[in-house]
Amino acid sequence: MQIYLPIANLPVDTFLVLGMGLAVGFISGMFGIGGGFLMTPLLIFIGISPAVAVASVGSHIAASSFTGAISYWRKNALDATLALMLLAAGVIGTATGVWLFTRLRALDQLDLTIGLAYVTLLTVVGALMIYESAQAEMRTRRGLPALLRRAGSHTWFHGLPLKLRFKRSKIYVSLIPVWAIGFVIGFVGAIMGIGGGFLLVPMLIYFLRVPTSTVIGTSMLLTLITMASATVLHAVTNHLVDAVLAVLLMAGGVIGAQFGARAGQRMRDERLRLLLGMLVLAVGLRFAYDLVATPDNVFSIRRVEAG
Amino acid sequence: MRRAVCIVALLLTACGARQAAAERLVVSLSNHRVQITSSFSGEDLVLFGTIAPDTGEALSSASYDLVITVTGPRETFRTRRKERMAGIWVNVDSREFVRVPSYLAVLSNRPINAIANPETLRRLQVGLDNFLLPQRIGPDIADTVRDDPYRLAFVRLESEQKLYREEPNAVTFLTPTVFRAAIPLPANVPTGSYAIDVKLFAAGALAARTNTALEITKAGFEQYVADAARDHGLLYGLATALIALFTGWLASVVFRRD
Repeated sequence: MQIYLPIANLPVDTFLVLGMGLAVGFISGMFGIGGGFLMTPLLIFIGISPAVAVASVGSHIAASSFTGAISYWRKNALDATLALMLLAAGVIGTATGVWLFTRLRALDQLDLTIGLAYVTLLTVVGALMIYESAQAEMRTRRGLPALLRRAGSHTWFHGLPLKLRFKRSKIYVSLIPVWAIGFVIGFVGAIMGIGGGFLLVPMLIYFLRVPTSTVIGTSMLLTLITMASATVLHAVTNHLVDAVLAVLLMAGGVIGAQFGARAGQRMRDERLRLLLGMLVLAVGLRFAYDLVATPDNVFSIRRVEAG
Repeated sequence: MRRAVCIVALLLTACGARQAAAERLVVSLSNHRVQITSSFSGEDLVLFGTIAPDTGEALSSASYDLVITVTGPRETFRTRRKERMAGIWVNVDSREFVRVPSYLAVLSNRPINAIANPETLRRLQVGLDNFLLPQRIGPDIADTVRDDPYRLAFVRLESEQKLYREEPNAVTFLTPTVFRAAIPLPANVPTGSYAIDVKLFAAGALAARTNTALEITKAGFEQYVADAARDHGLLYGLATALIALFTGWLASVVFRRD
């Protein structure tokens, strides 16, 4: 069944879009990532212009994050204090990112900078996660305790001042690394146009030793706030949010996220990290391939302005 | 004074008509206002027309050729070219196509090149190869030679999207003087005003010319959403975000198991 999208200016297959929302929602609910880095390329692939895709994906992510966040909240697997602390620094990071974005665009090589940053970040983060979680998995197999949450395993930044106890996550850490992570996520998100969930989750796990179970709910709350504001900002500045597309994606997304969250909670921490690592690495390699492989067409068209 | 102007105007029109040819084109479009609703998935418009002799004269030729050029609202596009640098494909160069049609269809009853000689086609801008597509090159805005790589790439990419097309069998002559043409509007057709230019050729020369217009607009719900997004950005954004939250909440209630 075809339906015409009023802002994207083309008809799409309703069931195809619902299905895409469902699939990405499932992944998003399972790993606590927004899934924008998966959804945006899918939308562009079915013919929606990149600008409309980026603007409309935000509301889909907000919807699936919200439904995921609620179910994690009910299971006490969401650390609101941690999310708020990350958000506070994230806002400053976003502002800095937007400023640098404008400066880089003036230099005309923004696409390349973003592409390279993306590939490096995704492949490195993905590979590290796979390596670490595979080791943890082996250890569990042999009946040894997982090393990650070993008592007394303190790193240097556990000595930093401004310590705060995050009760839900059962951690007692300095606010400085928390703010640093929030800033980096906001900054990178603004530059690369992503929610940053796939970076936030590993950072919280490895740097702050937050248990995987609370990480996901917390990351979802943060993603929800960023993406809901991104939707409003895109609607105000570019008028490119396609509400019909958004509603279709949301409908599939929230259902997918519900099942994803359930599947994620049933899974062991190490296994979940391994799967997320593999997903992140796969996307990174895919982007690397795009940069290196000979394109079908060396030319591309971009609409500059009407009239 | 006013009378003098009228007479001059009348004389000019009369002269113009006489110079033009012995033929007159009468065309009619099946629909002048195409409305895009939520079920729109492309449409074929039909244009009917007849070749009538001009007052008191006989038709000059027995066989005619017809070329219909449909142009959509003008937009500016940038065509970018990638090149491999240190193993990575990078956009190295771009050209701007200034105010070119967002939709361009050239419909005829047989291949353009068989209708008239290249010089005539060029002068009358008949065919995708001959249509003026001005590019910004440095400080100048000009069309390039037809085999300019940017021009070729632009026309090819637009053709892949079915927005630029040259169809040598879209016009059918029902009798030697009555014709019918199908104007294909793809699903992704841009909204706005379209100009339809109908040219009649007799023995390789332009014999008559007329034009008509077409309006493509969104209607109903599509119109409402598009207007809201354009005129009330903040409210529209807030509404979309709220719908997102509501959908998320609804799913968590529906799927609640405890």
